[in-house]
Amino acid sequence: MIYADNAATTKMSEAAVNIMTEVIRDNWGNPSSLYMHGQRAKEVLEKAREDIAELIGASPREIFFTSGGSESDNQAIVSAALLGREKGKKHIISTAFEHHAVLHTLEKLKKDGFEVTLLPVHENGIIIPSEVESAIRDDTCLVTVMHANNEIGTVQPVREIGEICRRKNVIFHTDAVQAVAHIPVNVVSDNIDMMSASAHKFHGPKGVGFLYVKKGIRLSNLIEGGAQERGKRAGTENVPGIAAMARALKDECAVMEKNAAYLIKIRDRLIKGLSEIEHSALNGDPVRRLPGNVNFCFEGIEGEALLLLLDSKGIAASSGSACTSGSLDPSHVLLAIGRVHDVAHGSLRLSIGTDITEEDADYIINSVKEVTAYLRGFSPVWRDLMTGKAEHII
Amino acid sequence: MALYSEKVMDHFLHPRNVGIIEDADAVGEVGNAKCGDIMKMYMKIENDIITDVKFETFGCGSAIASSSMATEMIKGKPVSEALELTNKAVAEALDGLPDYKMHCSVLAQEAIQNALENYRAGKGD
Repeated sequence: MIYADNAATTKMSEAAVNIMTEVIRDNWGNPSSLYMHGQRAKEVLEKAREDIAELIGASPREIFFTSGGSESDNQAIVSAALLGREKGKKHIISTAFEHHAVLHTLEKLKKDGFEVTLLPVHENGIIIPSEVESAIRDDTCLVTVMHANNEIGTVQPVREIGEICRRKNVIFHTDAVQAVAHIPVNVVSDNIDMMSASAHKFHGPKGVGFLYVKKGIRLSNLIEGGAQERGKRAGTENVPGIAAMARALKDECAVMEKNAAYLIKIRDRLIKGLSEIEHSALNGDPVRRLPGNVNFCFEGIEGEALLLLLDSKGIAASSGSACTSGSLDPSHVLLAIGRVHDVAHGSLRLSIGTDITEEDADYIINSVKEVTAYLRGFSPVWRDLMTGKAEHII
Repeated sequence: MALYSEKVMDHFLHPRNVGIIEDADAVGEVGNAKCGDIMKMYMKIENDIITDVKFETFGCGSAIASSSMATEMIKGKPVSEALELTNKAVAEALDGLPDYKMHCSVLAQEAIQNALENYRAGKGD
């Protein structure tokens, strides 16, 4: 199998699997217990916290372990909203193409009387910082903008947005689930107040993540109970998962630059090859995007059929078509960058890892060419485009 | 477990009766590209018997498989019988479809009905 869906999840690294199993087997104590076996688990936990903090430029007390990106997003946004409400500030700024963990949390807050402004993400899928600045009002309590988009991979000007928020005294949260361990992220130089991350996006285990919260910002609990995570997230800590997350992050950060250079080479080879398909279009900025992200729309075909045929050729990829999302609408991300429904249904996301070779990339290109031609061969939409009954959009 | 039954995959990967009939007696089209599904059926009809049928589909795997199976089920059948083909029968012949894909079989039923209605209207019935 050629696995090109790393934005969905990654394979755990050997080192992460090893440390996880080692902790499960040998260090299974409860970190809250006072005896030695518990305190050894506590040591593992706190070492992981220190390592993670160092890798993102934070201090250990600013790292809170969670069950993953969605929980981190929920807790960050709800906390900032509640802090805002205390001061009578009930306006939140975000973007149209955030992850649903952010968008659905905002929807919930709207029902509680908050006002939400979703900024446009433009054709290239990149937020314009000055538009953030003009959207900030006296009653704005939070700006939440993702670091890199999960579907089209575009990297946002986080540092500039953070600088504006600092100046305007508004909390800035970023969903950095797709960015951490893939591109340089530093909460200090990037002016980030709160940041969500998830281990399984960087070769760590599923069900574990972290939330960075700048000192001085008070978190509200989503989960009440024991005093774990300084009382802000109850529940016995997932020590094996957390240890494995720290290890995976450390290893990935150590080779980030080298990996990115390689991935960009393969990514651009894929982009060049797939651009040869007529009436196709790259989604998102060609340069300001994650090293491993390729996202295309192909006119006249539907994404799920494309994925199934690629699967039959041994290629695992993803699509933003309605049929793959289980809803009637195609990806909100593709609609946000201005793709019309008809075209958005025919999208393909390849999110590659360093295990992909140039030969694999060429195989993917040839397979996509073959499969799109095949599906277009009996597509009434394509026939209408070819016979002039309908106009090409891309 | 796979997303689809083996039969769905077989009809998706090797669809039967794909294409168009230039001098078709009946043509029907349902769905729209905005929703991600369009199904078009072409039929040759002689003495009220569907002697040939072809389809073109823009849509997901189960939409393509449903079109393929539906054309198999009406080929050689009288028009009256084809009009009675239900989406349930198409889905059952495919060894079932996931709940959220049942609308694909509905499209197949409607494409056939649309073609035959056009045919009857054209004949002045």
